[in-house]
Amino acid sequence: MAAARESVAAGFSMHGFVTLLRKEVLRFAKVGVQTVAAPVLTALLYLLIFSHVLEERVQVFDGVRYTSFLLPGLVMMSVLQNAFANSSSSLIQSKITGNIVFVLLSPLSYREIYAAYVLAAVLRGMAVAAGVFAVTAWFANLPFAAPGWILAFALLGSAILGTMGLIAGIWAEKFDQIAAFQSFIIMPLTFLSGVFYSVKSLPDFWQTVSHLSPFFYMVDGFRYGFFGVSDVAPATSLSVVVVTFAAVSAIALRLLATGYRLRH
Amino acid sequence: MTPAIEVRCVAKRYGDFEALRGVSLSIGRGEFFGLLGPNGAGKTTLISIVAGLARASSGEVAVMGHDVVREFRAARRALGVVPQELVFDPFFTVRETLRISSGYYGIRGNDDWIDEILANLDLSSKADVNMRALSGGMKRRVLVAQALVHRPPVIVLDEPTAGVDVELRQALWQFVRRLNRDGHTIVLTTHYLEEAQELCDRIAMLKQGTVVALDRTQSLLRRFAGGRLQLRFSGAPLPAVLEPLRLPDVAPAADDDGVATRDPSTGVRVSLRVDEYAGVESMLAALREAGCRIEELELAHADLEDVFVRIMRETR
Repeated sequence: MAAARESVAAGFSMHGFVTLLRKEVLRFAKVGVQTVAAPVLTALLYLLIFSHVLEERVQVFDGVRYTSFLLPGLVMMSVLQNAFANSSSSLIQSKITGNIVFVLLSPLSYREIYAAYVLAAVLRGMAVAAGVFAVTAWFANLPFAAPGWILAFALLGSAILGTMGLIAGIWAEKFDQIAAFQSFIIMPLTFLSGVFYSVKSLPDFWQTVSHLSPFFYMVDGFRYGFFGVSDVAPATSLSVVVVTFAAVSAIALRLLATGYRLRH
Repeated sequence: MTPAIEVRCVAKRYGDFEALRGVSLSIGRGEFFGLLGPNGAGKTTLISIVAGLARASSGEVAVMGHDVVREFRAARRALGVVPQELVFDPFFTVRETLRISSGYYGIRGNDDWIDEILANLDLSSKADVNMRALSGGMKRRVLVAQALVHRPPVIVLDEPTAGVDVELRQALWQFVRRLNRDGHTIVLTTHYLEEAQELCDRIAMLKQGTVVALDRTQSLLRRFAGGRLQLRFSGAPLPAVLEPLRLPDVAPAADDDGVATRDPSTGVRVSLRVDEYAGVESMLAALREAGCRIEELELAHADLEDVFVRIMRETR
């Protein structure tokens, strides 16, 4: 299928892009209990249970309590899962109910559509992160050693997952295909990325497997921002994350440009 | 003057299936244009290509002189589409929906025009009601409103009255007629041929992805001058000499009480094509000679439904 020859610059309206972004934000904000409060509660339960069971038995970094080690991982896991859920569920719902037609009929370019969906996913990820921090601040005293890294990995991680959600939403034709994507790809990759442990505690084989997953670098780099300690140098993690973002963005933009499963 | 819509040699293939086979047509500014055809003829595919919802396999389409691919922004700003399906976003109220639609087209502060559309479509009282809470007819009106928020010069209505009650249909046509009088180009697809006959200046008929008729509505009706002799008779079957003139039943034959008629006691109901009114006398003579007793007789002028049936049959 040939890519559309869209003259993107001509007639560009920032307000059009902002409207789609605002609509996507309103979509999750209107059901905030489900889209923000519920994942915050889930993260809180993880923290309570794991810290209760492992606090006295596990120490990953010297001088860092297990609960403090766990918390950034849980925040990042929540950010990633919710960023994916936002764009994927919005798009599949719009496709199945048919209201995607209003976006497709509009003069928005495929780049604006991409940017609005991904940015909305990032904002949901940030809202969940803020919520998790707010309710768990009592449990751990985090040092915030390098806030710039925290922000960079949170933004890039949620952008990657928002883009993956967009790809899944474009590809899927049924809700259960999204659920399968979530259960068989997103969930295992986030769980195996060192959220609950340091991958250095794994056998060699699983360490190698973990290092193949970009999710590991997102979590490890994010955690570096809190403690100034990580399994991999943060610059390496950032490079992997940036390359991953570029790769998934290229795929998503290509799908949108060709109208794959959107413009028939 | 640049036409409102220009379609040049547009083909659309889905694998081996050819939905459109080199369709060309031009719709002038200010026209009320009808796009007719049986199910699967390619009407919605053609409209989808004009609206940018589908991409032509070959050929070109322009809206108000703007190519729908190369100058997609200008083409889409010039076009308002009322989709066939009753689609809506369940998260928003009617007003929010219309503000969002306006925003997509880069329009801010559009509330005055939104209020005017709402008033014209009798939706003012529903402005702050969630879309989910609206009846089907109300949702259909919101779809029309969404197509109009950016004041497009060209409006495409894809089966807008499917499943709509008579009152809304009348109100909708009154509003659309006014838009047309105000200079908007209207493109309509419908299965209600009487609506097309009443509203459209010009009509294209599609069949299996090909334009099989394209003319002014009155010219199409004149082309098949004459009419239809509707009969109920008993006593003998229709003579063989009249069989070639027999028209297919457009609606199931029924008597005044709505009871299907093939009952010998009430007679047989048939419609015969009348090419020239002078031929009616010989048709009646043939019936008499065959021993048929005419119970009812009505001479009807050709309408768009007759024209449609004949064109579809003749282009097999």
